[in-house]
Amino acid sequence: MSQDVSSTPRQRPRVFLVEDHAVFRAGVKAELGDAVEVVGEADEAAAAIELINERVPDVVLLDVHLPGGGGRAVLDGVANEHSEVRFLALSVSDAPEDVIAVIRAGARGYVTKTISGPELLAAIYKVAAGDAVFSPRLAGFVLDAFANQGSDALGRPPGSLTGLDHELDQLSPREQQVLRLIARGYTYKEVARDLTISVKTVESHVSSVLRKLQLSTRHELTKWATDRRLV
Amino acid sequence: MGGICAGISKATGIDVTLVRIAFALLGLGSGIGVLLYALAWLIVPLEGEDTNIFGRAVHDRRGIRLVLAVIPALIVAQIIASSLHVGFVGSFIWPAFLAAGAAVLIWRNADPDERLWINRDLIPMVRPDRDPHSRRSLLWRIVLGVALALTGVVVIGLGGTTAAALRPIGGALLFIAAVIVIFGPWWITLVRDLMSERQARALAEERSQMAAHVHDSVLQTLALIQRSAEDPQRVIALARTQERELRSWLFDGRPPVTFSDEATTLVEGVTVLQRQVEADHEITVQAVIVGDCALSDSLRALLDAGREATVNAAKWSGEDQVSLYAEVERDTVMLFVRDRGRGFDPGAVPDDRRGIAESIRTRVQRCGGTAAIRSRPGEGTEVELSMPRRSPAA
Repeated sequence: MSQDVSSTPRQRPRVFLVEDHAVFRAGVKAELGDAVEVVGEADEAAAAIELINERVPDVVLLDVHLPGGGGRAVLDGVANEHSEVRFLALSVSDAPEDVIAVIRAGARGYVTKTISGPELLAAIYKVAAGDAVFSPRLAGFVLDAFANQGSDALGRPPGSLTGLDHELDQLSPREQQVLRLIARGYTYKEVARDLTISVKTVESHVSSVLRKLQLSTRHELTKWATDRRLV
Repeated sequence: MGGICAGISKATGIDVTLVRIAFALLGLGSGIGVLLYALAWLIVPLEGEDTNIFGRAVHDRRGIRLVLAVIPALIVAQIIASSLHVGFVGSFIWPAFLAAGAAVLIWRNADPDERLWINRDLIPMVRPDRDPHSRRSLLWRIVLGVALALTGVVVIGLGGTTAAALRPIGGALLFIAAVIVIFGPWWITLVRDLMSERQARALAEERSQMAAHVHDSVLQTLALIQRSAEDPQRVIALARTQERELRSWLFDGRPPVTFSDEATTLVEGVTVLQRQVEADHEITVQAVIVGDCALSDSLRALLDAGREATVNAAKWSGEDQVSLYAEVERDTVMLFVRDRGRGFDPGAVPDDRRGIAESIRTRVQRCGGTAAIRSRPGEGTEVELSMPRRSPAA
């Protein structure tokens, strides 16, 4: 996922680290180096909420598994006061329930801790710029979660029975195309070229998928996430 | 209790539960079972010891005197009982006396472990705790129990004219109720202790299993990593393999499927493919799978072709990462293998590489699938494979 960092004209993003493993925290800081300004760090939820609300960073790197309520608690604790703070979730596991839970709680991206330094940096810049960070794996999860959306088991279109908001419960064909390419390992730029659209359009499709993921009332989403355990 | 039943079952090969039931029945019948048990306890030495309790008891003068001192009292009791024409008292008073005597001798000569056990589990039955509340409750229980038991005995004794069958049953029920009232709490504590003991054992077992697993896999890998510190590629490969193994053990609760023959679903198949390619070639396979289905022969062929494409990417692309994407659709399964490496001009490939492309293509075409290979020099390669979910023959 080597998105070009240079296209972001803004100054260095102010980053806050929430992570309970000191070794990993130090490692991340070393990898990020001077490319970002680390404004603080915390190793548990309550302290993190307080410091983030005080310092209002651009991007919070958030460990999903955290003492004191997990990453969700931090997301919820900050969202009320400073909705402009953006979150990028980090996790050791690719467990779908983790991914779906933090995205639905408001994180704008999800990466695993095995991510390389430059990739992490690119992800931070993208989140800071307001874009969503979709790894191939996350794209796969979303496709899977919204799969077979054409009809339910009885062949009814989705929402026909419950009257749910159709828009939010379906991916447009274009969004599906974009996600499929991302899942296949394409960068946003490559997706744009393949579909002959602009990178901005790709980004807006991805952001719209993220919004659907966060707002969708499909209860299957949660069920799907807990049922599914892969790789 | 003293391990007698277990000992007998070990010596005879009869199931320990059966032996226990036999003893319990004998004990209920006349007290003879209790006596036998106590005698056995006296005579049979502990496993791994050569002196038995009896041997020690013979030398315990004070204990014997203590027991003998009760005999006159017993004789008096029996005389009174026979004069009152309650014969049945006499029939179990002697076994009961012998059992009690034996119990005293056992207590005095038991080894420290057994004594501790008797202290903890048996004494609370007869002696109330220091706590005045529980002492009072014991008193009430005994009063109530004795009252119930007496009523029971009376009812049994009266059994005669009307509803002849019901009376003894009612009496027996009252008697049983009495036993429950008196001994119930003690029995419940025993069961509770037993259960917490069992839980603790299960926990310990789990912990040792965990330790064994960590030792077998994680520690071994760490040792290997230390030894191959000179070779970063190998360290990465080792760490990656270990990570996947640990993850599937922690999150899926099972060891990963190791051989492609064992894989029964597409997800498993792709996982095996990923593991094997990563282990054999120094490359990361980024696998994404949407949906899952059972593996058929044609889908195995698809996976084989996918493996070839992945290995191909590992060998030729010059990259350290390859993306593998599989999607299960209603009628077909799609598989994409993509690298961002050096690529090639499909129109002008050297013969050896054409051979590989052909072999990938024929593998899937033989089973009714299709293959497309897109590549341009400097822009990587993508292999697109698709296979109908139902094989055409079926």
